[in-house]
Amino acid sequence: MTYGFMTVYWRDMIRFFRFKTLLISSLLQPALWLAFFGIAMSSNFDRLMAGVPVPEGAYAVGYLTFMGAGIIAMTTLFTSLFSGIVILFDKNWGLMREILASPVNRNHIIVGIAMSGVTKSFIQAIIIMVFGILIGAAFFAGFTPVQVAFGVLGVLAFVAMFALGFLFLSAAIAISMESPEGLQGVMTLLTMPIFFASNALYPIDTFPEALRIISAYNPMTMLINGIRYFAIGPDFYALGKHYEFTQADILLSFLGLIIFSAIMFALAWWRFRRAVVT
Amino acid sequence: MEGPGPGNDGAIIRVENLEHSYGNFKAVDGISFTVKKGEIFSFLGPNGAGKSTAINILITLLSLQKGKATIAGYDVTTESQNVRESIGIVFQDITLDRDMTVWELLEFHGRLYDMPVKERRERIEELLKLVELEAKRDELSKRLSGGMKRRLEIARGLMTRPKVLFLDEPTIGLDPQTRMRMWEYIKGVNREGTTIFLTTHYMDEADQLSDRISIIDHGKIIIAGTPEELKNTLGRDLIYLDTDNNENATKLLEQMPSVREITTKGNRIVLMVHEDGTKVLPGIIDTLRKAGIGISTINLKKPSMDDVFVFYTGRELRDEGQAPARPMFLRAGK
Ligand SMILES: Nc1ncnc2c1ncn2[C@@H]1O[C@H](COP(=O)(O)OP(=O)(O)OP(=O)(O)O)[C@@H](O)[C@H]1O
Ligand SMILES: [Mg+2]
Repeated sequence: MTYGFMTVYWRDMIRFFRFKTLLISSLLQPALWLAFFGIAMSSNFDRLMAGVPVPEGAYAVGYLTFMGAGIIAMTTLFTSLFSGIVILFDKNWGLMREILASPVNRNHIIVGIAMSGVTKSFIQAIIIMVFGILIGAAFFAGFTPVQVAFGVLGVLAFVAMFALGFLFLSAAIAISMESPEGLQGVMTLLTMPIFFASNALYPIDTFPEALRIISAYNPMTMLINGIRYFAIGPDFYALGKHYEFTQADILLSFLGLIIFSAIMFALAWWRFRRAVVT
Repeated sequence: MEGPGPGNDGAIIRVENLEHSYGNFKAVDGISFTVKKGEIFSFLGPNGAGKSTAINILITLLSLQKGKATIAGYDVTTESQNVRESIGIVFQDITLDRDMTVWELLEFHGRLYDMPVKERRERIEELLKLVELEAKRDELSKRLSGGMKRRLEIARGLMTRPKVLFLDEPTIGLDPQTRMRMWEYIKGVNREGTTIFLTTHYMDEADQLSDRISIIDHGKIIIAGTPEELKNTLGRDLIYLDTDNNENATKLLEQMPSVREITTKGNRIVLMVHEDGTKVLPGIIDTLRKAGIGISTINLKKPSMDDVFVFYTGRELRDEGQAPARPMFLRAGK
């Protein structure tokens, strides 16, 4: 049973492309965020910030570009967290018993689900980046083709690592829960603080002390740092704030995401090992 | 072909003192049995007897709480991966993805079990034909009728050739012709070397197909044996009597040497007799007439699996998918 995870992946992808409305709405939602919130707020913020001096020669980006990274992260968070619902449906009414009674190693089940989740997040991230650029976000602005390729890979690496963590978390919760309603409740409860206690929409240095510390350790913040580093650059001004990332900062963020994902994998592995489905 | 486990005396399933509780409720209460390699073995029992629970433990979906169970020599707790590699299963409830097509579901199953592409595709065609779903191959499973879903699940269970195939009430909800066809195929799979573990509510099915049957009720095995042995435990013949004074009649008949056991069922007396029933009947009629007890109906028949079941569980099977119960009692003179 070498390629068990490919089977799980194959099936998830069939479902992903089968539900056209779900597919389109999952892509439309971030686009709408960018188009409405992004464009509306950027005219506001950019006007407010117009008076704030940016040092000569420094690179300043508009709000749309700034929050675009946040929208990629938000979409990844939502998609990953809610991916567990399929597992729950499978458990209650679908194929989970067939899969669990089959020779496929249980780790492969987790890996297959993770791979399909990451694929979905990749598709979404790329579409948001393309759409963002179309409506005026300065992603990869002034990059050489090689730098663009490197930047895209960097963004995807961060997206993947972050998505994995929340996919595992979602899978672990889903396999332990009875009802989709309960799962939905837990997920909604989780998304709010993770999203708002991050630097997705605004800088975190203006937060109260406690919240700032939480935000700094929020995987969401780590992901967004990575996306901004790779899609905008290591040194830029946004909302009148100076953003500067050293390679060490970025490596540290990535390491943080790896640790986060590893812990979540252990959690999922433990829950699946004990999974009982009748 | 045999697994590595201890005591390979031809037993492919070995269960010892298996117990399982849901909360305080003991669903399986200390059962032990063995299934020989190549057999068709049946669990027969009323609703809630604990059949599916026992199967779920054997197929490693429920954790084993107490006792010991091995399949193909592998322990279901410590070697569950090996167990899963040795088995196939058709579940009692529908377990299909509503949003996948017939073909996709079969293909998925073949891939799960790591079947080579060519074998997988050929088997799918063969089974689609068997279950007459060729025309529905690209239909989403949610658009199939109930019986078609069941047929699809059976086809799925028959894709691989495991050492042991568990069938939990496989033919429920199928029309008689389809049932017959399924069983021909399943017998073929069995002849190729797959041991079959079956639960069913169809008495005739269990009777004709099984090499051995265990009757299970309230989580315990009440009696086990070949269909012949089970029927023989009820004596050679059964005599059903309806009199105007059952109480006295019972007392009288009890003393007759040819009567092995006497029970009442509803308002009828059931006699199990050692000898040929037709020879015992005149004596019975005589005895009752002398005592002045009037006989309203009398009937003689060979014990069937229904009788065995009713005798040992005290219940008739009442199940939604069940064919109308065969009349236990025929009016005398008919
Ligand atoms: N998940 C569960 N939680 C609690 N009790 C359960 C659960 N599953 C089964 N039971 C109980 O265990 C007992 C045995 O159930 P089981 O499904 O094993 O019966 P069965 O012999 O398969 O019956 P049937 O012929 O109706 O399929 C029943 O009383 C049932 O209510
Ligand atoms: Mg059952």
